Amino acid sequence: MKPILEAIDVRKAYAAHVALSGVSLAIPEGSIFGLLGPNGAGKTSLIRIITQITGADEGEIRFRGERLRPEHAAQIGYLPEERGLYKKMKVGEQLLYLAQLRGLTKPDATQRIKQWIARFELKDWVNKNVEDLSKGMQQKVQFIATVMHQPSLIILDEPFSGFDPINANLIKDEILELRKQGATIIFSTHRMESVEELCDNIALINRSRKVLDGPVGLIRDQFKTNTYAVEGKGKLIVVHPDFEVVEQTERENGHFYARVQLHAGVRPNDLLRYLIANVEIESFREQIPSINEIFIRRVRETMPESLVEETV
Amino acid sequence: MASKFLLVAQREYLTRVRKKAFIVLTLAVPLLLAAFGFVIVKVASSDNDTTDVVEVRDDSGLNLTGRLANSSQLLFMPATGTLAEAKKGFQKAKHDGLLYLPAGLDVDNPVGVQFYGKGNISLKKQVAVQGALNKAFSELKMQKSGLSQEQLDRLRSKVELQTISLDETGKEANSNALATSAISYVLAILIYFFIFIYGVQIMRGVGEEKSSRIMEVMLSSVKPFDLMMGKIVGIAAVGLTQFLLWGLLSAGVSSVVIPFLTGKDKPKTEMAATTAAPGAATTAANGEPQTAEGKLDQGISQQAADMNPAAKVLGTLSNLPLGTILFGFIAYFLGGYLLYGALFGAVGAAVDDQTDTQQFMFPITLPLILSYVVGLSVILRNPDGPVAFWMSMIPFTSPIAMVIRLPFGVPMWQLALSIALLILGFIGTVWVAARIYRVGVLMYGKKVTYKELGKWMFYKG
Repeated sequence: MKPILEAIDVRKAYAAHVALSGVSLAIPEGSIFGLLGPNGAGKTSLIRIITQITGADEGEIRFRGERLRPEHAAQIGYLPEERGLYKKMKVGEQLLYLAQLRGLTKPDATQRIKQWIARFELKDWVNKNVEDLSKGMQQKVQFIATVMHQPSLIILDEPFSGFDPINANLIKDEILELRKQGATIIFSTHRMESVEELCDNIALINRSRKVLDGPVGLIRDQFKTNTYAVEGKGKLIVVHPDFEVVEQTERENGHFYARVQLHAGVRPNDLLRYLIANVEIESFREQIPSINEIFIRRVRETMPESLVEETV
Repeated sequence: MASKFLLVAQREYLTRVRKKAFIVLTLAVPLLLAAFGFVIVKVASSDNDTTDVVEVRDDSGLNLTGRLANSSQLLFMPATGTLAEAKKGFQKAKHDGLLYLPAGLDVDNPVGVQFYGKGNISLKKQVAVQGALNKAFSELKMQKSGLSQEQLDRLRSKVELQTISLDETGKEANSNALATSAISYVLAILIYFFIFIYGVQIMRGVGEEKSSRIMEVMLSSVKPFDLMMGKIVGIAAVGLTQFLLWGLLSAGVSSVVIPFLTGKDKPKTEMAATTAAPGAATTAANGEPQTAEGKLDQGISQQAADMNPAAKVLGTLSNLPLGTILFGFIAYFLGGYLLYGALFGAVGAAVDDQTDTQQFMFPITLPLILSYVVGLSVILRNPDGPVAFWMSMIPFTSPIAMVIRLPFGVPMWQLALSIALLILGFIGTVWVAARIYRVGVLMYGKKVTYKELGKWMFYKG
């Protein structure tokens, strides 16, 4: 699919440190894109360049193939990590104000606010000041403000930090719904496990550099080690020409847990056949690396050991 | 983009104007001012009305008691008994003083006259008594040299000095230094407070946006410059609305209070007469200067005939360069506000915590306070002096310094130069402020130093 957004060799330096040193990305339209990396890796800097809050020192951002311009702001919805609202303003007025700033006409905005308010069950709160709302309700208002102008690109920076579990789920469902309607979503987070299952594509950023990117499935396959977790009853022999038992723990009543790595060319069915013949299998599952594990491995590969400790 | 700027300004305006505090303040201030004015006028007039009763113990044998002229301030009456008795007597009788003229007083060299009073004797009282004595003695001397009482009465004259300022074109105008100063004073105070009150509001507003963490959301759809200027302009509109309402309400309240104070409708008719006169003079200036002058003279003499001080002040008012004052006031009001407002906005953006604002507030408020204090002393005393000139040229001080000079008349080239400099000044401060603002609003948890602010100026977009 054609990318909705491309970053080409983007560089940004502040007085004291380099935030981005030559990051290139392509975000496919209609996908959920995970921008992952530890705190301070440069994620927010990149997002601020995409949202045109700051500019890149070098490099270029393209939106649907065009160089990013201020007019594109109306097609981007941004929920920053530092998200707030005017405390002394009424919920309805606040949403109207933000919608108009993003280019909606007053009647259009009023119409959409009505829909969203009904959907998020905030009807009784429209004429209340924001400061009278609970934190969870404020989060709903913030989310509405981010998406009500129907942006084709939605950027959510640490979306689930601070959201209570109920709202987090609500937001998750809304995000999936928005993708179904054709929107592209960028998730930025340092808590990789929180968005793993949502993302179609990811990019890993560490210390101002992109260390890895691509479709999640492909990356996982790439980092698979051909290792299987086996639980069962009996005892596995440790040495075999086809595989290697990496780890084996005895449990009570003759049960065991083992991690088995297959040698090149050996298929899982070969292992299964052996297991069926020798032990009683209770579970058999491929060990798929989590994004977090992949990240750590990738960082180890690309960095000296001493720096890895600091990063992870 | 302009529409976003307007949206921002509109929000700043509406959220403030709808606040209860705004409405209360708008209604309360004219009433307070009216009450204040009422008290001042009452106190001032009651002070003028008091007449001090002075007892006179005359041992001189010159029969001076009858010669001491009574006035609105002093009433002389003979004391009873000896000096010692009189000293006690005047206090008991609740009289205000005792004048003692000793025996053997020499008319040509009157030494030893004493005045006893209660507590500290005011300079005003001393001058009044001395004046009465001097007059009495000179009359006595004149009589001794052969003038009759009738001749003396005719010699008495009461001169009222009327001051008229004459400009280069030969146009005459009633000049009243006191009233002119009062106008300077009021204009300076208005600008000073407007800049201060609404400048601080800008700073607070930016600070609130920063602490409520809405900045990043805003900046993803509005340029920082638009956001800052929208705020400054919106708050200016709030201030102007407030001032306008204050003006209207005050006018309404005082139109009720002034006639009540003066007890008659005279000031109103006076004002109508005196404003009409110079108006006619200017319209007729080209065609028939003769009649214009005639009318003007008529106006002035009419004022001179009237002793009401309020009417005099109003008369002076109508003779000032009102057009220039109004134009200048608006120009300096807006220019000064923009210049300082941008700086206040920058301070709000630079700091995290309202308590950290002090260190940056100081250098901003210093020229403002300086121009206010120096303006109301040095410049008011010498509106054409070098201090006045330079302070009315420097953009940081000119908004206050120049409006103080305006009612006294300022050469056109100075006014034009000063306004040009002010415009350059506020373009400069807005530029600097916008750069600080742009970086500062997204900077959290950092104690900002001046050095840091300097660096921000040169960050790229």
